[in-house]
Amino acid sequence: MSDMTIIGATSSRSVSAPSVRRAELRRIRIEPSTGWISLGLKDLWQYRELLYFLTWRDIKVRYKQTALGAAWAVIQPLFTMLVFTLFFGRLAKVPSDGIPYPLFSYTALLPWQLFAYALTESSNSVVANERLITKVYFPRLVVPLASIFAGLVDFVIAFTLVVGMMVWYGVRPTWAILTLPFFVVFAMATALGVGLWLSALNVQYRDVRYTLNFIVQFWLFASPVAYSSTLVPARWRPFYGLNPMAGVIEGFRWALLGKAQAPGAMLGVSVVVVGIVLVGGLYYYRRMEKTFADVV
Amino acid sequence: MTDVAIRCEGLAKQYRIGERESYKALRDVITDAFASPFHRFRSALRHSSNGAASKEEPYFWALDDVSFEIKSGEVVGIIGRNGAGKSTLLKILSRITEPTRGHADVWGRIGSLLEVGTGFHPELTGRDNIFLNGAILGMRRAEVARKFDQIVAFAEVEKFIDTPVKRYSSGMYVRLAFAVAAHMETEILLVDEVLAVGDAQFQKKCFEKFRQISTGGRAIVFVSHNMSAMRTVCQKGIVLDRGKVTEHGEINKVADRYLENMQPDLLSNEAETASFIVEEIYIGSEEGSVIKTFDDVKIRVKAKAKTDIVDPGLYVGLLSRDNQRITALDLKDFQTVPGITSGDSFELGFDISALPILPGSYELEVFLKDLGHHKIELVPGRVGFDVVESPVYGGRKIDSWYGQVGLRACGFAKVTSLINSDQ
Repeated sequence: MSDMTIIGATSSRSVSAPSVRRAELRRIRIEPSTGWISLGLKDLWQYRELLYFLTWRDIKVRYKQTALGAAWAVIQPLFTMLVFTLFFGRLAKVPSDGIPYPLFSYTALLPWQLFAYALTESSNSVVANERLITKVYFPRLVVPLASIFAGLVDFVIAFTLVVGMMVWYGVRPTWAILTLPFFVVFAMATALGVGLWLSALNVQYRDVRYTLNFIVQFWLFASPVAYSSTLVPARWRPFYGLNPMAGVIEGFRWALLGKAQAPGAMLGVSVVVVGIVLVGGLYYYRRMEKTFADVV
Repeated sequence: MTDVAIRCEGLAKQYRIGERESYKALRDVITDAFASPFHRFRSALRHSSNGAASKEEPYFWALDDVSFEIKSGEVVGIIGRNGAGKSTLLKILSRITEPTRGHADVWGRIGSLLEVGTGFHPELTGRDNIFLNGAILGMRRAEVARKFDQIVAFAEVEKFIDTPVKRYSSGMYVRLAFAVAAHMETEILLVDEVLAVGDAQFQKKCFEKFRQISTGGRAIVFVSHNMSAMRTVCQKGIVLDRGKVTEHGEINKVADRYLENMQPDLLSNEAETASFIVEEIYIGSEEGSVIKTFDDVKIRVKAKAKTDIVDPGLYVGLLSRDNQRITALDLKDFQTVPGITSGDSFELGFDISALPILPGSYELEVFLKDLGHHKIELVPGRVGFDVVESPVYGGRKIDSWYGQVGLRACGFAKVTSLINSDQ
């Protein structure tokens, strides 16, 4: 085969590598999968460029044909913060651990919006990419992952405002700020963990889409965004950590503003919860993904 | 020396009927399951005797025990009616869906082109979409970058490469999408009926590209309804019929036999009415029972008279699957038929020019008449036939969204510009 002559071939491939060498070829076996399957992380790594391009597509397309464009990334948390400040800060006089209330709520809204966006997008991602899933093979995990990463850009844009607010209120960051990336990743991991479950469920039961708004709203009030977790009695606080976003938000505030206490036991509980949800979600997703193309 | 590229052994795929509605491949398969009451009954019987599925269960096999081997460097065409399992087979080989039973071994990377422009985003420019689509098809970014100029040249969209593809004409869109896929460097390329799109010249270019790819030692599996395209591009053919491989061999032989076998496919059993024994009801175009929109079509009813018929007549209704009568023909509107003596054979029918029916599955309802005795007798059992998917209006494939009737039409556009209208 290697000495085959090519007549009139113009593509560079045919000239430089006319035939495929057998030994190099990877054999792929296609068969019904049974039992526990591997997470396929190696396959995922091979498709990292697709992950990059899908994220890039979501970002690039996001604010197309909007008048305000990327300003939306700031407007949303900003207005939520204003409303919270008026009603919770001024009228209800919710204590904010000695931090100016606008700064207090905005620092919580940053990871919250990242989480809420990532959760919503990833939960809908498989259904939204139906065409892709029914027509092309690629590791299916790429789809919810890409939608999680796409939210990061909004986060970075919205983050610039918090820098301005810290200067305005004269809040100096401490060394704790070095742990900030951890909390960002943690927020994304939480969204991914839950998003994996919901996106796979969404394929079979479109009810997920309708439940999602409700879940996100409910979750917002169950998380210390508008109030401080110190409102929760100290001995119950580790249980409060069962809501991983409590750990994320308090940790984020602490890392950025350095004023409140470092979240200890509560954060530990959150990490364990996210670990379980995420690993469970990964396996559940992998198990369900073989039916995606037939059912979605 | 030839190497095996794909080897399938006992591949089977079971679907549950009614699990989804809007999905094309499955819709095809389901309509096929209902396409002919005879087929359905027969296959149901077959399965229950295997003990695999009883008649009541809402399952059916889109692929049933499929085994074959494809060598590298071969271009193989998969032939079969709508819903014979062609798309399911490609889906399994491209790992989009898993088989229910059996396995396939594939040597090398698999590239699949089951739809033109999968993942194209209308808001993104041609340039962006080339990279995005390349990544979706499993190409490396560097690979796409290296072939970028070739892709653009192949698609002939140089001038519009930085324009969002939503502003592209459908021809440009298709050309660009195909160009990306055609430059994949996978050892195996699976192509569903995508070449039906684009103009004749571009199709020729694609076929040329296919030939180039296969001389490079790579295998191509190709699905199409276009028999003449298959004959030019493929060396081998595999015929699928209701999920089973019925033929595998040299393309011209396979295609000939396929077309031959399709002809007596309709109403193979005799049917009887009070005064007639119906031997055969045939509907077909010049290509046999592969019927495309606007083909010239013949309908023939062969029968024997059981009694003396004074004034024979024939009425044929054309019905959609959901039992709507699309149109009908009555022979008496065209001609008179001489009387038939008991025991005589006769053949009645119609020659229809340019059948304006869009792709889909349809049925014929046949009445034989003896107007002299005021007898109108329905032939039991309808005759199902398919109008195969094809680019009815020259461009993309038209599917059932466009209803059932094809129109002979031309487009019209007139733009009056306020600025330059004073000439």
